[in-house]
Amino acid sequence: MNNPLQKRFFEQIGQLFGREPTRPDEADISPAAQKIHLFKQGNRDFIAEKKHARAHAVKKNTWRNRRWATLITANLLFVLSYGLDVQLLEGSLTASRFIGFHLIDLNSALQVMLAHKHIIVNLLIGTGTVLLGWALLGGRTFCSWVCPYHLLAEWAEKLHLYLAEKKLVTDAPIDRRLRGVFWLVFALLALATGYTVYEAISPTGILSRALIYGPGLALLWVIALLAFEVFFSRRAWCRYACPIGLTYGVVGIVSPLRVKYTLEGCFHEGDCRKVCLVPHVLDTVIKGRAVDSEVPIGPDCTRCGLCVDTCPSGSLKFEVKGLSKLL
Amino acid sequence: MSDPDPIPPGPQPDATPAPAKPKPASAAQRLSAERQRQARRRVLHTVLLSGGVLGAALSGWLPLAYAQRQRLRPPGALDEKDFLASCIKCGQCVQVCPVQAIRLADLVDGFGVGVPHIDAREQACDFSCDAVQCILACPTGALTYHKPEFLQPRAGAGLAAKPVLKAKQKDPEPTLNLTERIGIARLTRPESCLAMQGKGFKGQTRGAGFKGRLRYMDVDRWKPIPVADHPYDVPECDLCVRECPVTQAISIETLTLADGTKRRQPVVHEPCVGCGVCEMVCPVEQAAIEVVPREVWRA
Repeated sequence: MNNPLQKRFFEQIGQLFGREPTRPDEADISPAAQKIHLFKQGNRDFIAEKKHARAHAVKKNTWRNRRWATLITANLLFVLSYGLDVQLLEGSLTASRFIGFHLIDLNSALQVMLAHKHIIVNLLIGTGTVLLGWALLGGRTFCSWVCPYHLLAEWAEKLHLYLAEKKLVTDAPIDRRLRGVFWLVFALLALATGYTVYEAISPTGILSRALIYGPGLALLWVIALLAFEVFFSRRAWCRYACPIGLTYGVVGIVSPLRVKYTLEGCFHEGDCRKVCLVPHVLDTVIKGRAVDSEVPIGPDCTRCGLCVDTCPSGSLKFEVKGLSKLL
Repeated sequence: MSDPDPIPPGPQPDATPAPAKPKPASAAQRLSAERQRQARRRVLHTVLLSGGVLGAALSGWLPLAYAQRQRLRPPGALDEKDFLASCIKCGQCVQVCPVQAIRLADLVDGFGVGVPHIDAREQACDFSCDAVQCILACPTGALTYHKPEFLQPRAGAGLAAKPVLKAKQKDPEPTLNLTERIGIARLTRPESCLAMQGKGFKGQTRGAGFKGRLRYMDVDRWKPIPVADHPYDVPECDLCVRECPVTQAISIETLTLADGTKRRQPVVHEPCVGCGVCEMVCPVEQAAIEVVPREVWRA
């Protein structure tokens, strides 16, 4: 890892906790990237190419469809395992067993450990397998590929954007540092009360249990959250509040699976940032900001692939770090 | 903040300037006013979201902190406070129960969303799984065979001996692997007990519409059937004794009162684990015998 990327790596961790991205100093941009930035300035051929690509853009939903299929399959597996007694994936998203192997949600496990102040072996085994899995797949991959609230929030987001287009609602951004505050507050609450307070309002847990064991009044809270997102603040829960997202974000810091940005072909039109759940991770695509010719996207990225689908120039792609070298 | 408005994620709040004034404000002033308004909205929404989330979280916890009514927890549950702390609310105990005795609490139940409990009157734990599957299923040790060292059973909560299941009596290993009781059955309404009135019972206990199920050894050891499909005809009501899944936990005794009169009465003994089958099958409304959750044996 060269120097500009190293510096960016730590900046991205800061962004996970709510720091806003800043324009990098020229000294922090690699010579190769500087050359490309310079090349693009007022380059007529490049502008013509951009217009051509714009005219021939094809709308793809490849990754979104794959992701929705995965998310629905995972949740359906839970539902059918109990409903039809298939017993493949027993339990719910907070803790489960996949063909007998314990899988335990990291945030829930953390809450239980803090509340109970005692750790048993099964809990450790279940947490360990999940930790390893998500560290490899990229922590927040859980959010967009598994969490049932994410899917509902995506649909609510469509409604929000439709209403916003009609000028009926406006999106009010919220301070992103709030998520870290919530994380800390709920950790301290668990420690102090000896009860997993967060579980009472976790839309992930509530929805997962509602799907598997039947709906309950707790769903009212989920509806309230969705309404807040539709009328006040786009994707507010996932962006500014969910402690699960932060836990998985931290787990995914060293993940080899990620979206990689290639500076060379990028037209800097920002389509990717318009569809992104966490646009601050795509700050690097703004003209002049990429610190290297290839830049990995940071740990807050949920690997949802919307940017990969929407990018007209193929500058954003999924990659497994080191795999290309290996092949 | 250095860059307060990095990306406008949606269409911006209407950027129209204030109504036309004699001297229009400069672009810089307008921008600054707009920025201020955005900053105010941002603070407002931050407060709104924080308040909502924390309020909801506390409202989910407060009823629990002040809960007066004890709930019957699944077998092997740690003491209430530890149980609530260690339960991860996954419902794996619900999934393995062959009679679906375990249910998860909802928002209004006031004792923790997603925490399992048993409503014995609706569906008692009849140990028809033979092995206390819910304990085996629990991933966090909230339900456990062996408590950690620092959580020793309260006096009287531990069982003197492992309970012997009537269903397993002929098996080489007839006991149930359970060291602590869930609660204890008590004759809470003796005045309505049919046995005490010297009455028998004929018909479906709890009526035709009752959905509760029970394992009847004379029907099928491996398949619990609806209680409604198993009518009774007994000269003296002894349903609580008859259907108790544990040996020597309850019997009908003849008691001699102070004035010399004799009376028949169900008496609960030390091996009672508090499964609640007696409460479920008791034919009178409300049940004459009930399980007191977390009750201990007092000699």
